[in-house]
Order: sequence, then C-alpha cells, then structure tokens
Amino acid sequence: MGKRVAIVGTGQTFHKSHRPDVNGQELINEAVVRALQDADLKMKDIDAVVIGNMDHFEGINYVDCWSVDGSGGTMKPIIKLTTGGTTGCTVAIGGYHLVASGMFDKVLIIGWEKNSESDTTGAITTAFDPIWDRLVFAGAISGLAAEAQAYMARYGATDRDGARVSVRDRRHAMNNPHAQLRKEVALEEVLASPMLADPIHLLDVCPRTDGACAVIMASGELAEKIAPKPDWIWATAARHSYTYLGDADYGRLTSMREGAQEIWKKTGIKEPRKELDVIELYQPYSFGGLIWIEDMGIVGPGEAPQYIWDGNTDMGGELPINPSGGVISCNPIGATGLIRCAEAAMQVMGKAEGRQVPDVNFAFSTGFGGCWWTDMILHGRKKPK
Amino acid sequence: MADSNHIIIESGDAVQPFTYSIGMHGSKFFTEIRDNRRFMGIRCPKCKKVYIPPRGVCGDCFVEMNDWVEVGPGGVIGTFTILRFAFIDPETGHQKPVPYGYGFIRLDGADTLFQHYISVEDEKKIRIGARVEPVFSMNPKGSIRDIEFFRVID
Repeated sequence: MGKRVAIVGTGQTFHKSHRPDVNGQELINEAVVRALQDADLKMKDIDAVVIGNMDHFEGINYVDCWSVDGSGGTMKPIIKLTTGGTTGCTVAIGGYHLVASGMFDKVLIIGWEKNSESDTTGAITTAFDPIWDRLVFAGAISGLAAEAQAYMARYGATDRDGARVSVRDRRHAMNNPHAQLRKEVALEEVLASPMLADPIHLLDVCPRTDGACAVIMASGELAEKIAPKPDWIWATAARHSYTYLGDADYGRLTSMREGAQEIWKKTGIKEPRKELDVIELYQPYSFGGLIWIEDMGIVGPGEAPQYIWDGNTDMGGELPINPSGGVISCNPIGATGLIRCAEAAMQVMGKAEGRQVPDVNFAFSTGFGGCWWTDMILHGRKKPK
Repeated sequence: MADSNHIIIESGDAVQPFTYSIGMHGSKFFTEIRDNRRFMGIRCPKCKKVYIPPRGVCGDCFVEMNDWVEVGPGGVIGTFTILRFAFIDPETGHQKPVPYGYGFIRLDGADTLFQHYISVEDEKKIRIGARVEPVFSMNPKGSIRDIEFFRVID
C-alpha cells in the first residue's frame, strides 16, 4: 500500500475564450502562482511537476520542456502526461501515484490549453485512425451526437431532457467567477439554438477556452501540516475501452460504469447517490449529464431525466452536479479534467465560495475523452484508513 | 503477403507528409471491397464476437483472430447523426459539405459498427434500426471511399 495523499492547494486562471495578453507559459504561471499561494508554499518546496494538455492542439508539443519558466519546472523532475480529453484527470492521477509511491512528498500538477490558438476539430481528428475513423469524423461532436441518439432511442429520452442539464450548468456558472460563459439560458433558448449535429444544439455543448489549472498534492502527515482541511484522495480509476469508434456501445458509457464500480468497491460505497455530496462531472455536452450518471450508478438506466427534472442535481438538491458550471460553461481542454478535480477539492476543503455545497464529506470528479475514455477520483474530508 | 499487395491511402489534392500502412487485415478488407464488393469481418475464437473493421487481436479476450467471415453488405443503422455545422476537414483541407449523414452501421452478421456516410436525401427515413445498403463507387481504388455512402431502403 502506498502513502496517503491529499490535495493541499489549487489555482485557476480566470478562463476566457481568448487570452492574447499571455503566451502558454505565462498562462500556466498564473495558475501555478495561485496554487502555491493557496497552499502557502514556495516553488522551492515542490519536489516534482506533472503537466499535460492535448497533443497537437496548439501545434506546439513538449509543453514539459518549453513551459518550465512558467510552470516552475526548471531543474526539477517534470513529466508530461497526455491522454486526450481525459488529460486533466490523468495528470491528477499521475501526481497521486508519484506522491503515493513515497518518492516525492509534494507534487505540482498542471493542465492547460489555449484553444484560441488551435483548430480544435482538426487537432482532435489526429487522435483517430486515418484509415477507418476519419472519413465521416467531425471532431468531438459527431460521436457525442451518436451517443445521444442511441440513448434517446433506447430509453425514450428527449432533447428537452438534455436541455434541462444545460440550463442547470449554465445557471450554476453564475456562481463561479472563473467560468468563461456566465449567462443563464432558458430551456426554450437551448432548443432554439442552432442544430449542430442531431440532437445536439449549440447551447448543449461546451465552448473552446483558454485557461490553466494547477493542483498541489502532498503526502500523509505533511498534508495535514500544510492545509487545515486537506482534500484526501480516496481512490482513482481509469478505463479505455476500444480501438475504433464503431466498437463502442452507443448509449452507454462502459468506461464510466467499470471505473465507478471499481471505486465504489474499493471504498465500500454502497449507495453513491446517498453517500456522495457533490459531483464535478466532465460533461462536455448536456446529454452526457443524463447518460453518464446512470453508468456511474447514481440512478438506474433511463432514470436520469426524471432525477434531474426533479431538481436533485441543482444547487440545494440531493446531489448537486457541477456547482462550477461544468464543462458546458468552460473548456480549456487539457485543464478541464484538472478543473473538475480542483473544484471537487475546493468543495471538500470548504473553499468553493459562492458555489460551495454545505458539509461535503465525499466529492467525485471525472475526466472524459472523445474516445469514450473515462477516469475519475473520489475525494474525501476524512483521511482514509 | 508481399508488400506490393498492401494498399496505400492518399489525401487527394492535399499534400500530407504521412503514409500509413493498413496492415494485413485492412489490406484484405479493402481488396475484397475493391474486387468483389464484399465486406469481410473477423471472428474471435473465444468470445465469438465478429469485428469490423477486421483486426488481429480481440481486445476483450486478448487472443489472435484468424477466422474471416463475410458480413453485410446490408445492415441497419446502429446509431447516427446529421452534421449541420461547417468545418474544415483536416484530411483534405476543404470544408466538409454539410449537411451530411454520419452512420454507425450494424452490417448483417457483425457485432461492431461500421462508420460511413448515410444519404440524407430523405432525412425522415434516417432512424435507428432502419435498413440500409451500400452504394459502391464505379471507380474502386481499394479505400474506404470505394463505398460512396449507405442509403435507407425501408
């Protein structure tokens, strides 16, 4: 068994559609400085750095090398991890492994993206097989649309059910000064927005964002010294499920189901719906907010629409989802998964300000990639035994 | 199989500094499509799942597959979308003509889905479970474009 690990500080940029005032390393530095301030640590205290973003996105690779002035990685052990959309969650899991191993006591974890400097759809296409997947491919949205169609056909859900999720997340974003999009929308506005790929409307999906996020993890007793209320990592899981896009079981997220089951089993959670207090779901489009919480085991197959219409996942509900406004409100892709992790940590640490859910014992954060990958982290207030 | 039997995919007018090997299984698949208009899948000896595209290994069982089976050419729409927003196709450098139908086709006899265009001539006919058939190119070259699209025949 490895060492116990906790998050002791987080930092984010104020995410925007376009940050021409900074370059990549300066954007990264903003998040790093805020995380160090939050933990009351100096860069010299950090033993190792994990960094990542989407391969190819800005047409500049090797962020681990060129960003060291901003990341603080100069003359320190630094590695890059990149797994597509899941990158932000993967860097967190990688940092957790480094600290748990006992090799490093304090690790700085960074995710970032400048989508404004990228052709997002073009870059995403490079992640897919050139022979079989690219002919009809249309970036992240085509697979998501196919998933939503399959789910709707299987369970009788409608585009109104999807729109309700978008209305929720966009309302929650009003409480988060770091979110890019902070504008409430009505259900009818979502449905009236342009159809991008049936059944997905413009207001059902995430934007493209410039932003960075940093998280500091520390081992056992050290974490308790650094932070009065550290966010303990209880368990992590990661799943990849197929080779070609046509292999997936459309309408169900197999990687979420298997990863979540592993976490509930590892930690003895019997009823995630009752035992979790808040979820930061990597949910790049509204229908994912229906399908994936079923696969997570919050509700049964086909039950998510009613659960969400009843207000259970709104702020003040039984299990608030995405108090931050989620990915629909803000999506600097390589940072997006780490923002979920940081927001979950802030909920446990009591630092979520205007978006704080009261008395959080367990928070759950996830990462998602367009190849139907999922990774996830269970965060807790109590130190695991 | 000699190297000369392997098929090369080109990018049309756009120049890309990449040439990709399709591999043994892909080469057989596209040779059969080009010469015989036949879709070949491959069956896992352990779980019996029939894969298309064909490949050498079943990921679930992690065993080698050699049992070729003909699937299709007809099938049903497993799932689909209709793309309506314009974007530059990084494969060609040109704007993708929208709207277009994006089908995940369950070819008769296959367990995984085959991705291709679906004709959007009559959008109302496009639904999950609708029967489809391929329309083949008159000038086959041994690529995914030897099938022009699928059309609903219900």
